[in-house]
Amino acid sequence: MRLLNLIKIAFKAIVLNKTRTLLTMLGIIIGVASVIAMLAIGEGSKESIRSTISSMGSNMITVRPGSDVRGGVRQERSAMETLTLNDYYAIKEQANLLTYVTPLVNGGGQVINGSNNWPSTIYGVNPEYLKIKITELQSGSMFTDAEVQSAAKVALIGQTVVDNVFPDGQEPIGQMIRFNNIPFKIIGVLEEKGENTFGQDQDDVVIAPYTTVQKRILAIDHLESIIASAISEDDAPEAVTQVSEILRKQHKITENEEDDFHVRSMEELISTFSSTSEMLTILLVAVASISLLIGGIGIMNIMYVSVKERTKEIGLRMAVGGKGSDILMQFLIEAILISITGGILGVILGLASTVFIEKFLNWPTSIALYSIIISFAVCAITGIFFGWYPAKKAAALDPITALRYE
Amino acid sequence: MSKEIIKIEDLKREFIMGSETVHALRGISFTINEGEFVTIMGSSGSGKSTLLNILGCLDQPTVGTYEIDGLKVKDLSRNQLATIRNEKIGFIFQSYNLLARTSALENVELPLLYNSKVSTEERKERATKALEMVGLADRMDHTPSELSGGQQQRVAIARSLVNNPVMILADEATGNLDTRTSYEIMSLFQDLNKQGITITFVTHEPDIAAFSNRTIVLRDGNIIKDYENPKILSAAEELAKLPKQDD
Repeated sequence: MRLLNLIKIAFKAIVLNKTRTLLTMLGIIIGVASVIAMLAIGEGSKESIRSTISSMGSNMITVRPGSDVRGGVRQERSAMETLTLNDYYAIKEQANLLTYVTPLVNGGGQVINGSNNWPSTIYGVNPEYLKIKITELQSGSMFTDAEVQSAAKVALIGQTVVDNVFPDGQEPIGQMIRFNNIPFKIIGVLEEKGENTFGQDQDDVVIAPYTTVQKRILAIDHLESIIASAISEDDAPEAVTQVSEILRKQHKITENEEDDFHVRSMEELISTFSSTSEMLTILLVAVASISLLIGGIGIMNIMYVSVKERTKEIGLRMAVGGKGSDILMQFLIEAILISITGGILGVILGLASTVFIEKFLNWPTSIALYSIIISFAVCAITGIFFGWYPAKKAAALDPITALRYE
Repeated sequence: MSKEIIKIEDLKREFIMGSETVHALRGISFTINEGEFVTIMGSSGSGKSTLLNILGCLDQPTVGTYEIDGLKVKDLSRNQLATIRNEKIGFIFQSYNLLARTSALENVELPLLYNSKVSTEERKERATKALEMVGLADRMDHTPSELSGGQQQRVAIARSLVNNPVMILADEATGNLDTRTSYEIMSLFQDLNKQGITITFVTHEPDIAAFSNRTIVLRDGNIIKDYENPKILSAAEELAKLPKQDD
């Protein structure tokens, strides 16, 4: 009852001074709005980086043979022959956090079509490779599991290879090319992907069944790597552990021994990029927070002036029975009402400007609910914090002096 | 013998100004009974403002006792004093002290806002009644700037009545008003007094004192005169005697 009365009194005072209240609120409004907009921009850019990486296969996991020590000499990774098809089968069967798995062997060589030739790399994989790499076909089709079984001499080529070995715009599908003198029938062309984040031309590839590449090109029976995709990006770290455990068992590695393989996810890359954009967000928010702070000081300033200006009113309120605590609460509630109303208007302005930025500047934005909650909470706290001093000042006034104040 | 509203015994108030001690009140004693209309007179520096502050529970005496409605005021906390002011005293000031841009009704409601025992409906009802008592029933929604000085003081009187105080304490309540309006206000005070309301009126105008039934005169912190008024003038009659104004 008493508090309700005080809220009424405070509300009345605010309504009586509309212009001044609005000007006081302006600082808070701008502060809150900019915090929300800045966080939305930060979150937006983070998400866009994430989705760029995702398009490269953010949930991709790579297994490579580790460096081994033979007679005290640490061997080069390519010399390792520890990764075998049995490992691939084991992973495929046992790992339940993976959606696609493919063995991978690769080798360099010359792609030849008549008088045209081009140095490229051949990747021996299974049909799931395209899904892991999130690669579409521009034309033709992927080879089948049966073709893998039979080590068929079929291949898909990237756009760079097409441009170089079919310079006169010939339809490549159905044509025969040679890779290191082994003939392959082209059954598909990969969609253009351009360079990846590391500057590697992702279109300069030849893809063939891994069996074919193992037998005809490289004459090996081990694998260079196994790549897989986790169910989701969040599952990737656990999938890495799972794959490691499977391989340790498979390779009969005892507890004290080092792994003879490496399992990596794309996560490291993501965290690098995320931390950059997070840094940026923090910076933006820091700047925005300063404006919120200045808004708070604005409230203190106005409340202080208001207390001075209304000294006589305070004296009267005390004379008719207002206690010090009533006066304190009145001014504190006033400050809080100003800051919370400013906060609400700030949220609205922040959301509106975020939509504006998205629509007209084409910047990626993403409104985080937590940013709204935080900036709103900060607002209320600002009101209490900066309203306290002037309110305390008002409450401590002596009624006699306050009544005589002109 | 009617009830004692105010009982003051050997009351002293001293202020320390640097190294000097100023004796504002040098040991005064008096009682005010229910239904009295007392004027406290004195020139400036006589100590009447100090006495007013103490009577209004805005200040505490240095020495001596002060009882209002049987309640000893000495040694009460700031909050307890505020409650006494809220429930037992109605203040009227020379400069009205109304809240600007606030309607007459809301101004009158003000003391009740600080009394949690009064509900919103009761508050409104009592404020309306108080305004009717001072003859401003048709001006309830007007803000102070839309009211004349006399009307503003009537709003202030209504405000002092709204909490049913044991005593109304007026500080030069006619000081800002012309003679005609002063008499109107005094006539209102006399009417209220006839209804049994105790009034203590601080003034330095002798003709105002003539409307009260008792006068206490202060000089240099002492009571030099305390007398029953032998011939109480009626403010309404005096008002009728004033020359008619043309405007």
